[in-house]
Amino acid sequence: MTWVNAVVHGILLGGVYALLASGLALMFGVMRIINLAHGSLALIGAYMAFLLTEHVHITTYLALAPILPGALVAGYVLQRTMLERSLRAGQLVPLLTTFGLLIVIANVLQYFFSPDVHSLDEGRIGATSWNVSSTLAIPWFDVLTLGIAVFVLGSLQLLLRYTQLGRELRATAEDADTAELVGINARAVYARATAIAVATAALAGVFYGMRSSFDPNAGAAQLLYAFEAVVIGGIGSLWGTLWGGIVLGVAQVVGAQINSEYFALSGHVVFLAVLVARSVIQSRGLRLLPRGAG
Amino acid sequence: MTALLSVDRLDVRHGLLQAVRQVSLEVVEGETLSLVGANGAGKTTLLRAIAGAHRPAGGRVRFDGRDITSLPAHRRVKLGIALVPEGRRLFPNLTVEENLRVAGGAGRSGPWSVDKVLEAFPLLEPLRRKRAASLSGGEQQATAIGRALMTNPRLLLLDEVSLGLAPVVVEGVYRSLATLIEAGATILLVEQDLSRAMSVADRVACMLEGRIVLEGNRGELTREQVTEAYFGLRAGAGA
Repeated sequence: MTWVNAVVHGILLGGVYALLASGLALMFGVMRIINLAHGSLALIGAYMAFLLTEHVHITTYLALAPILPGALVAGYVLQRTMLERSLRAGQLVPLLTTFGLLIVIANVLQYFFSPDVHSLDEGRIGATSWNVSSTLAIPWFDVLTLGIAVFVLGSLQLLLRYTQLGRELRATAEDADTAELVGINARAVYARATAIAVATAALAGVFYGMRSSFDPNAGAAQLLYAFEAVVIGGIGSLWGTLWGGIVLGVAQVVGAQINSEYFALSGHVVFLAVLVARSVIQSRGLRLLPRGAG
Repeated sequence: MTALLSVDRLDVRHGLLQAVRQVSLEVVEGETLSLVGANGAGKTTLLRAIAGAHRPAGGRVRFDGRDITSLPAHRRVKLGIALVPEGRRLFPNLTVEENLRVAGGAGRSGPWSVDKVLEAFPLLEPLRRKRAASLSGGEQQATAIGRALMTNPRLLLLDEVSLGLAPVVVEGVYRSLATLIEAGATILLVEQDLSRAMSVADRVACMLEGRIVLEGNRGELTREQVTEAYFGLRAGAGA
């Protein structure tokens, strides 16, 4: 029963990773921008929720109402002012720019909120769980997180596949010059996509903050797991990211079941194993890595 | 008659190389102008500068009386300029239908729709859900022209639409172009094949080393004149 327990909790943990990875899957997988500050932007969302719950006395869920539109605007501005300029200088420069942003965000958060850990109140749902058997209890909050991850990734998938913005985004990612020649304002499209990605990051950050405590440096560690989820799932595939998050979560919890020190390690091992397996399969002429929105 | 497109002493550079030198030309609504010239004469650069993909170093581009020299490419599409680029440049991982629809949604509104394009290019009908990268050269070219039409252009710029295609496919592409021309489309066409360029167009202009060295109505120019200008053999060409 403990193993079933581990797998179930691994799947639920995967929901947290998948939610954080959803915006990354959009930026890294579709737009080909490596945003190292993604986890830090999520963290800003968590701190904003902390401010609102502490000083305006609203619930964490209600705090999302101002945070999500704010994140959309922040993402748009981030793309137009920083990422767009660095993209013009080549693929490597956004890596450096967002790495700098990661450090700046960590320091600014530390300045305003101190290095102490904070946490967010997950409301009444946090105390309830579904007792499947005497040994297996499923917290409703974790189910909610997984459900939201599925919803966000599903919505992004539908957006990419069936809307004009989605088509324009995929066309721009494939060939920005030609996209302009069919009437697409490539910069505006990228800015709108980054706005969406940052909003999903803020959403993920608020849920992460309700699930566990966070400090100003938590962004980098969360970013690593999100990246692993995107890569395991296959770059460019949004549903793949959901599976990637779940595989990572299950690997970590099952690893921790064997020995509690193996939690992070077993996730990294699975990540490496997937990478190696994929390159072996690819060198034999098979295509496993989905391209486009898959 | 006022010109739909008027290019005035345009200079375009690729770094130190000046690809287009002091080019002036006009295209009147409803006419087809063929631009011929050897490789590297500046035809593609001129077309890309008109479409807005390349910023000129000097000179002006006017469209329907409006100065568009500083407009970005996507704004020019909305005014009614569409380029079918050299090498087709489809979005490889989008399907044929998505390639068409993305342009339809971003361009000008007008009569062209996915169904109309598929009617004009019946070979695309069975391929509409296929990725563009999986198509043959001729199918890709038809999709590229269809994609440009989806933006409902008033001026269609076609760059080497026959390049790399089998003769029988080129025949098909030009048959569909003839239909467009009959319907009153305004076309500026770059073509390396002289006889084709001269048969489809109302007027022919020949470029050599970045300049227009010969220009005239189809009936007024002989093949020999154009060939001489093409290779720069005519004494005092363009002077």
